[in-house]
Amino acid sequence: MFTNFPFFPQQASAQAGQVDAIYFFMVAVTAFFSILIAGLVVYFAFKYRRRHRDEIGHAIHGSLALELLWTVIPFFITMVMFVWGAKVFFDMYRPPAGAMEIHVVGKQWMWKVQHMDGRREINELHVPVGRPVKLIMGSEDVLHSYYIPDFRVKADVIPGRYNVLWFTATRPGNYHLFCAEYCGTKHSGMIGTVTAMEPADFQAWLSGGRADESPVAAGEKLFADLTCNTCHLTDTQGRGPMLTNLFGKQVELQGGGTVTVDEAYIRESIVLPQAKVVAGFQPLMPTFQGLVTEEQLLQLIAYVRSLSQQGEAPGAAPQSPTMPQSSSRPVVEKK
Amino acid sequence: MDTLNYINNGHGLASWLLTKDHKRIALLYLVSITFFFFLGGLFAFMIRLELLTPAGDVLTAENYNKMFTMHGVVMVFFFLIPSIPAVLGNFLIPIMIGAKDLAFPRLNLISWYIYVLGGIFTLVAALSGGVDTGWTFYTPYSTAAANSHVITAALGVFITGFSSILTGLNFIVTIHRMRAPGLTWFRLPLFVWAHYATSLVMILGTPVIAITVLLVAAERVLHMGIFDPALGGDPVLFQHLFWFYSHPAVYIMILPAMGVISEIVQAFARKNVFGYSFIAFSSLAIAIIGFLVWGHHIFVAGQSVYAGMLFSIISYIVAVPSAIKVFNWTATIYRGSISLDSPMLYAFGFLGLFTIGGLTGLFLAAMGLDIHMHDTYFVVAHFHYIMVGGAIMGYLGGLHYWWPKITGKLYSEPAAKLAAGLVFIGFNLTFFPQFLVGYLGMPRRYHMYPPEFQVFNVMSTLGATILSVGYLLPMFYFVHSIFRGKPSPADPWGAKGLEWEVPSPPPTENFAVTPIVTHGTHQYAPSKEVGVV
Repeated sequence: MFTNFPFFPQQASAQAGQVDAIYFFMVAVTAFFSILIAGLVVYFAFKYRRRHRDEIGHAIHGSLALELLWTVIPFFITMVMFVWGAKVFFDMYRPPAGAMEIHVVGKQWMWKVQHMDGRREINELHVPVGRPVKLIMGSEDVLHSYYIPDFRVKADVIPGRYNVLWFTATRPGNYHLFCAEYCGTKHSGMIGTVTAMEPADFQAWLSGGRADESPVAAGEKLFADLTCNTCHLTDTQGRGPMLTNLFGKQVELQGGGTVTVDEAYIRESIVLPQAKVVAGFQPLMPTFQGLVTEEQLLQLIAYVRSLSQQGEAPGAAPQSPTMPQSSSRPVVEKK
Repeated sequence: MDTLNYINNGHGLASWLLTKDHKRIALLYLVSITFFFFLGGLFAFMIRLELLTPAGDVLTAENYNKMFTMHGVVMVFFFLIPSIPAVLGNFLIPIMIGAKDLAFPRLNLISWYIYVLGGIFTLVAALSGGVDTGWTFYTPYSTAAANSHVITAALGVFITGFSSILTGLNFIVTIHRMRAPGLTWFRLPLFVWAHYATSLVMILGTPVIAITVLLVAAERVLHMGIFDPALGGDPVLFQHLFWFYSHPAVYIMILPAMGVISEIVQAFARKNVFGYSFIAFSSLAIAIIGFLVWGHHIFVAGQSVYAGMLFSIISYIVAVPSAIKVFNWTATIYRGSISLDSPMLYAFGFLGLFTIGGLTGLFLAAMGLDIHMHDTYFVVAHFHYIMVGGAIMGYLGGLHYWWPKITGKLYSEPAAKLAAGLVFIGFNLTFFPQFLVGYLGMPRRYHMYPPEFQVFNVMSTLGATILSVGYLLPMFYFVHSIFRGKPSPADPWGAKGLEWEVPSPPPTENFAVTPIVTHGTHQYAPSKEVGVV
């Protein structure tokens, strides 16, 4: 019945070893102090057991030296934990330049994935080993969280903003994918498989199957279908800002301030166009909230971004200056 | 023929339901929180039953989600938060400080009625179909997606919060204003210090959760855009507001338990505590610093990495005063006269389990490690070691220690020792495997799970079965003691403290003559100072 039950998750990503190293350090500290306290309690309880009914203990009121000792030692141990934990977090937080980008959209209760060449998957993710992969993730409804235990990576997927998760798979194989943030009735069914493949196998997989249009091409088509191109002209300023070579730049806002044109800002400008209007333009644009899905939003963003990086291969997009892991918040409350 | 005490001084339902005596109100709380404890336990048992097998076969997914939601709501808001303060604190604080009652007896009674009203709302929510948001009520699920009775349950939490605020207020005023002559701050029992610190958290934190659940209701009913991005809100804002209360709420649960342990360890080692002022001030430090760590619940929710670092370092700092307490309790039993009566067994259980619970919290405060562990069973195991291994062990230890005082009756000590052993073994068997399955990656709140996690879940369910026997046993020997137990003398343990100088059970006015205090509590060794007059 219980023939296959591991006690420890596989180390299948470049990050896993770093995370496990802190874990083992923590386990050692925990074991040391738990055994120390339990050992002392049991030893004292036996050694100083009450021998006759009216016996009382010795009056010992304390010791400043001991108090300082057991304040300072735990303090230093915890500071080691803090610095180590923060360092690993930093390493896992910044995706390297040139990471392969994949779009992920969470919805109750499935994971929809689109690769940059257009291939789609549901509840699966195929990635090559040895290459950093960066997931740009959004949600269509409630909170979700993308979690691959064998890679030791997780990030919440939050409606209204984009979160990024990156990893480098190191061992070919199939790994669990879980939704880790409670999202309703079939939360525990929002699971899937991450398949890490040798690069050649991955290329073969990518070119097999029925590939849809790339997100950039789909975005371009949407841009025309939604008649965005009547205001956002490609060669001159129309009623809306010209989008060519705009991505990654800073723009001045009406009423002061600047904003960097990143995924979050483009998303906000489509969904809540009045939130941050570029200086020199009228707040004419209608909202497209409800008219475009999360996936279409990602396609539109991919298209706008492609207008600023002519000639570069899709999927090797340079690191955007400020990915909205948090610092720029796409949603602002408007009156 | 019986002497007059608070129990036989007045008969009939009205004499209880309209009482202003803090001791009777404590018993009203005891009955009501015991009801909620077993209700929450029943939900927990349904969870464990479902998780015995990987497939979702006992409950539907919807009902499973309601079970863990109701388990969390009932246990946190209707058992753990009121447990020690409202029962033991209510009963003992006035006696420990030599007062006749709390500063505001009517307010104390109203607090209980508010608690019951909040409880009724929660029961209505449970009986009319349940809630499925998780006890955390995370948005936008709770405001936009959930089809269950969110508003009713949220109102229950909102209402019962006022009971907490008023109790905290009552304690603070009482401790400031009603101490007996000579009872200076540094002669106060550590139980009183712990409740003082707890009351600060109750007063300062609870209004925030009240506001937060009201905002959830406003968004759900009136579609005000606060948390739901579709309405222009921010879902992570909810998490900040929620944890601003709910992390300090953990200290509302654990600080009173720490106060209980300080009393028990001294009484059963017949020795004053080691490092009194360090234990007293560490309670205050925990209460204050505990307000600044909430962000460690949202390391992977896209919080700024610099904010995350600040929350991580403060979370480590708040661990230090807890460590100080554990070392001081251990040092207290050194060269004591140790008797392993049932309250002391619970206190030792607390020491072991709280140590593990606290140390595993350090794992989760390490940002890089939390990425992997967040929202897994490792977190579930960690907080149950604190809340069940810490807070409930403290509560049960305190209940056993003061039961003869509260009821005037002695319970069966062998039965109590057996229960303490079952609770300790059952608890560890339930929750230790969850650390392992959590690191393997099993997410919390999962109705179904991959088969390779089963062995750990079977162990957990077996442990939970033992644990529930351990929890049911006291119901029998406590109730038995009320009817058949031997009468307890004023001081059955040979312990020190004002509460052991009044008769068991105490008279309504506690003290015939207000005592004059000349030294701290738990002074066992002969001293030049004279005792309490």
